[in-house]
Amino acid sequence: MSLEILSTGPMLSVQDQGRHGRKRFGVPSAGAMDRPAMDLANALCGNALTAAALEFTAIGGSFKAGRALRLAVTGGECDIRIGERVLGAGQSHTVEAGEVVKIGVLKGATWGYIAVSGGIAVPEVLGARATHLRFALGGVEGRALQAGDLLPLGEEAEGGICLRPREPAPRPGAIAPERPIRVVLGPQGDYFAPEVIAQLKTARFRITPQRDRMAMVLDGPPLPAARGHDIVSDGIVSGAIQVPSSGQPMVLMADSQTTGGYPKIATVISADLPRLAQLPTGADLRFEIVSRDEAEDILLAERARLHEVLASLVPATGMMLSSGFLLSCNLVGGIVEPEAVMGRDLELSEDTAA
Amino acid sequence: MSIQAHDLAGKPGNDPAFLAVGDSALAVQFGESVDAETNRRVIALAESLTDLPLDGVLECVPTYRSLLVSYDPARLRGAALEAALAQRVAQLRLGEEAARRWRVPVVYGGEVGLDLEDLAREKELTPDELIELHSAAEFRVYMIGFAPGFAYLGGLPEALHTPRLPKPRMSIPAGAIGIGGQQGSINSVTGPSGWRFIGWTPWRAFDPARAEPFLFAAGDRLSFVPVSAAEGAEIEAAIAAGEMLPEAVQ
Repeated sequence: MSLEILSTGPMLSVQDQGRHGRKRFGVPSAGAMDRPAMDLANALCGNALTAAALEFTAIGGSFKAGRALRLAVTGGECDIRIGERVLGAGQSHTVEAGEVVKIGVLKGATWGYIAVSGGIAVPEVLGARATHLRFALGGVEGRALQAGDLLPLGEEAEGGICLRPREPAPRPGAIAPERPIRVVLGPQGDYFAPEVIAQLKTARFRITPQRDRMAMVLDGPPLPAARGHDIVSDGIVSGAIQVPSSGQPMVLMADSQTTGGYPKIATVISADLPRLAQLPTGADLRFEIVSRDEAEDILLAERARLHEVLASLVPATGMMLSSGFLLSCNLVGGIVEPEAVMGRDLELSEDTAA
Repeated sequence: MSIQAHDLAGKPGNDPAFLAVGDSALAVQFGESVDAETNRRVIALAESLTDLPLDGVLECVPTYRSLLVSYDPARLRGAALEAALAQRVAQLRLGEEAARRWRVPVVYGGEVGLDLEDLAREKELTPDELIELHSAAEFRVYMIGFAPGFAYLGGLPEALHTPRLPKPRMSIPAGAIGIGGQQGSINSVTGPSGWRFIGWTPWRAFDPARAEPFLFAAGDRLSFVPVSAAEGAEIEAAIAAGEMLPEAVQ
């Protein structure tokens, strides 16, 4: 059974948790730009977190279900419609075989995720389904999806119900543009004079339109490297802030190549990288330098928090689990404002819905 | 702060510098220069982690002079990993490398080797002399990076060192044999490149459909064997038909 793509926004691709274990052969990770948001989408549909989902920017597109399925959109608020029904982001909904789901404009975020129960079952390439556009790996022929593509669906678990997080939200955390993006200095921090490092701490940087799945170019005061802008090429991780001779910092993202020859002034911490990816173009940001130990602590705490969000999903209606519940899933809809259901009716169901 | 340790690490025998690369990776930097000795230490450490894995280490990327080590801080904190790696480095035995050797067939010149004649002129050589220099050299794969399977080669004769083009060409095919600065390359995917190109190999350094998708690994040695255009086409057809696989000579 498959999901047929009738139309897409500017960028729609198959993604998962990325390719790992082959970086020594030059294979980039790829995978979701906002992995917690994609994990939430998968969990809402009852999928393993390793399942593949769809990532989009700006506008989702329209999709025809080849079989009955549950579908969830996460990443940000989004206008979702099945015929006349208006559905909310951040929870799963039932879609009947043959129905068309229209996923419109993503609000307040850059990357949205569409998961369906059973996952997108395109073949694995080099250990993952994630699409890497430049090297044409994974997904459908390694390219962005287009109208007419038929995506194979995996087997869904038996008896799944529609779910939402206990604190309804389309992202498992706030984007919070005012919060600084935390970084660990280095690996080439000593290529930069102390006053340039001070700039990194205090200056505001702006997210330019020069951004894609490989990198985000930031606008701000130039960051000249006293020891020059060429290093002997070394390994790169996503989150690395490399500074070419223009002095304009560039944060490397999911599709970044595995090695490079520019000095890297600092590395965005893992816990903050999804938030950076989601900041809208034109947004201002500040960096805050933390130690590696602190960054590790923050990451472990963030993982525990995300685990808690996924472990405490509740039925999307707030009703007790019952055979009637499955039926009610089909009637769920009309939640345009998530705050309309925020926290209400839940005390009754949490004990029984874990 | 270990990032101030750059200047201490550089000479063989010195302790490497450990550089934090965020919260889930660190770099073990054995020096600042591009030389076989430094690269041998990088690869020896990578091999040691393959042969005797450390719990919590996810993967390693050997590069010219440093090893990027990815880890899961839930299982192993960076500080503890540094201590474990320092111990490993102290125990490294740099005997004779058991390197694989490749003899890579190359059709010099032609459509892909579009710079052969210009480059020969620039170097005041005949094209044949340039080919002889290039195919007599023994190259070392310093690292695989930039693209899947792309091999950075050290050992380019000094007479052939050539700066990159100021403006990259838009599409250089997979299999192109290149020169960039002091390095050689075997291009593994079609794409833009500012390197100069003198030939083409029918071998594919990266073929996702092959049982072993990547031909080369850091530490391999290779040399180039000139073949005619007809032989190149034959090899390509034989590989496509599944009758032949590129193989190391040892």
